[in-house]
Amino acid sequence: MPSNDTLRAMHRQMVRIRLFEETIQQSYFEGKLPAFDIAAGPVPGEMHLAAGQEPVAAGVCAHLRPSDTVTATHRPHHVALAHGMDMRRMAAEIFGKDTGLGHGKGGHMHLFDPATNFGCSGIIAEGMPGAVGAALAARKQGRDDIAVSFFGEGAANQGAFHESLNLAAVWKLGVVFVCEDNDWAISVPKAKSTAIASNADRAAAYGMPGVLIPDNDPVAVYEAAGEAVARARRGGGPSLIEVKTQRLLGHFEGDPQLYRTAEEMERLKATDALHIFERRLVDTGVLSEADAAEAWAAARAEVDDAIGFARTSPYPQPSDALLHVFA
Amino acid sequence: MTAETKRLLTTSKAISEAIAQEMERDASVFAMGEDIGTYGGIFGATEGLLAKFGPERVMDTPISETGFIGAATGAAIAGMRPIVELMFVDFFGVAMDQIYNHMAKIHYESGGNVKVPVVLTTAIGGGYSDGAQHSQTLYGLFAHLPGMKIVVPSTPYDAKGLMISAIRDDNPVLYMFHKGVMGLGWMTPNPRATGHVPEEPYTIPIGKADVKRPGKDVTIVTLSLMVHRALDAAEDLAREGIDAEVIDLRSVIPLDREAIIESVKKTHRLLVVDEDYRSFGLTGEVITSVIEGAFDHLDVPPARLAYPDVPIPYSRPLEQFCLPNRETIAAAARQLVG
Ligand SMILES: Cc1ncc(C[n+]2csc(CCOP(=O)(O)OP(=O)(O)O)c2C)c(N)n1
Repeated sequence: MPSNDTLRAMHRQMVRIRLFEETIQQSYFEGKLPAFDIAAGPVPGEMHLAAGQEPVAAGVCAHLRPSDTVTATHRPHHVALAHGMDMRRMAAEIFGKDTGLGHGKGGHMHLFDPATNFGCSGIIAEGMPGAVGAALAARKQGRDDIAVSFFGEGAANQGAFHESLNLAAVWKLGVVFVCEDNDWAISVPKAKSTAIASNADRAAAYGMPGVLIPDNDPVAVYEAAGEAVARARRGGGPSLIEVKTQRLLGHFEGDPQLYRTAEEMERLKATDALHIFERRLVDTGVLSEADAAEAWAAARAEVDDAIGFARTSPYPQPSDALLHVFA
Repeated sequence: MTAETKRLLTTSKAISEAIAQEMERDASVFAMGEDIGTYGGIFGATEGLLAKFGPERVMDTPISETGFIGAATGAAIAGMRPIVELMFVDFFGVAMDQIYNHMAKIHYESGGNVKVPVVLTTAIGGGYSDGAQHSQTLYGLFAHLPGMKIVVPSTPYDAKGLMISAIRDDNPVLYMFHKGVMGLGWMTPNPRATGHVPEEPYTIPIGKADVKRPGKDVTIVTLSLMVHRALDAAEDLAREGIDAEVIDLRSVIPLDREAIIESVKKTHRLLVVDEDYRSFGLTGEVITSVIEGAFDHLDVPPARLAYPDVPIPYSRPLEQFCLPNRETIAAAARQLVG
């Protein structure tokens, strides 16, 4: 069981992620309505938000240090923040500003941060081999740093998933594979894409432990991740963790979601893990109502500062597009 | 044609209509890909097909691209005529071997004995800040690899006729639709993405370019969304007394070199406009064809406008700096004439 301090820290983490993304969502729709135009507004392009998946990021990243590598997907914000990415520079990148992590070259699906060894990819499952490589480098360099690869359940049907698991296992590398099963790959439910119920079962095929967390509970994620991270750090090889989590929003912002029922959306709202977790911490006396309110207020201030920084930062010079092709 | 007889469709509706008509005509035609069923395709190219034909003929796939694109090749060899969609051309890397080593080569390797009638559909193009992995056009890359035909329509009318031709073709056809020509409600409005489309099925020959605007002073060769940009530029040029001819290639493979040369013989000036990367690609190929076939007819050296040789940046001012547009096309044409 995590300590009360850890529980409070995980709560704060989940709150700041949720508020950051809600604020990005508001910014995203600025200038795009009434007739939605994906190219318009201060945050153009596609936007994939992770509301509902905070428990996975908070529970896993609580065990990591900045020298551990983390790779994520097209839906990267929750993981990036939980792993310690600077919120200001992250927001600035999402707004396409020169002060952003990649000077506006990457955007929200391409956040790269050497300070926290974080990277992500918009190509499904293709962040996974990079995590294997980071763990390989750590071993060659005599470091006990590990690598964590986050991916969706949809990605578990892509070749790169299978190749990465086998490589990590056969070379006994310190990788933790974290499958965020939100049941949907855009409009395709898991039952239509995957012949078995649990991707954790696939771990056995590669010779590594596989753990299923059935209920989006940050404490259960924390405990399973603790074991997997410790094992990876002491040279015990990779693990696979699958968390049944929730996608509270559309696949991308503007997704009409005609493929989901009203009942499902209602059920999701009622089982929002952030609110359940907060209630539980208050009910068990880990968090006072005042502590909870303070966590939201502190997050609000941090997020407002970061978004303000992003908004007021300058755009890169147009001809900067030609820079950074080669080192 | 009078307004009453016009039947206006967006490009995406024209494509799904073409597929539906071919599926009705030929039981061996079926469609598969990610989010093509309930969702109707992220870009609407398969809208309504699931309701009409059911899940046996309109199949949502797992995210297993090597698997289902390779399966399309296998099914085609076994007598089916699959239409297989992979959302963005940028994703083709994960299934590249099945595309260029199998789909494209088996007919040749078999000495002509095996046919691979697959239509591989995908969305291309940027301009709306979707970043380096969701904005490329890449037809130049696939055109470099022998064995696949490549069509890249710019209008609803062409889109329907080319889709029907692609489905009836006995070769693998890569069918690439630019997101900006589809007439989607969530993209920046583009009036040129809606147009007259006859209801009855018709074909447009693959490998035939189309003069979208006749002119006598300068030939602008282009394709896909850049046709729309070039037509806008031609309107501006016309007001200055410059009469530009806009040629829409419509197909990259086979490339209609005759149509290009014909036009240059008339205008004596060539500008090639392309959204694909500049070097080692379409612009170089078109210009070389003209140098080889009509060198003596050129009054000035040919010019090209293309995407610079850099990955596509996210930030709007960076991406817009890289893309050819109405103003830069008009300026380049002016320079050739001036
Ligand atoms: C190789 C590849 N194929 C398809 C896509 C298009 N695509 C983007 S997200 C997505 C669904 C991914 O589902 P999942 O892995 O479960 O992650 P989630 O979106 O639920 O977070 C798809 C098919 C892509 N980006 N890359």
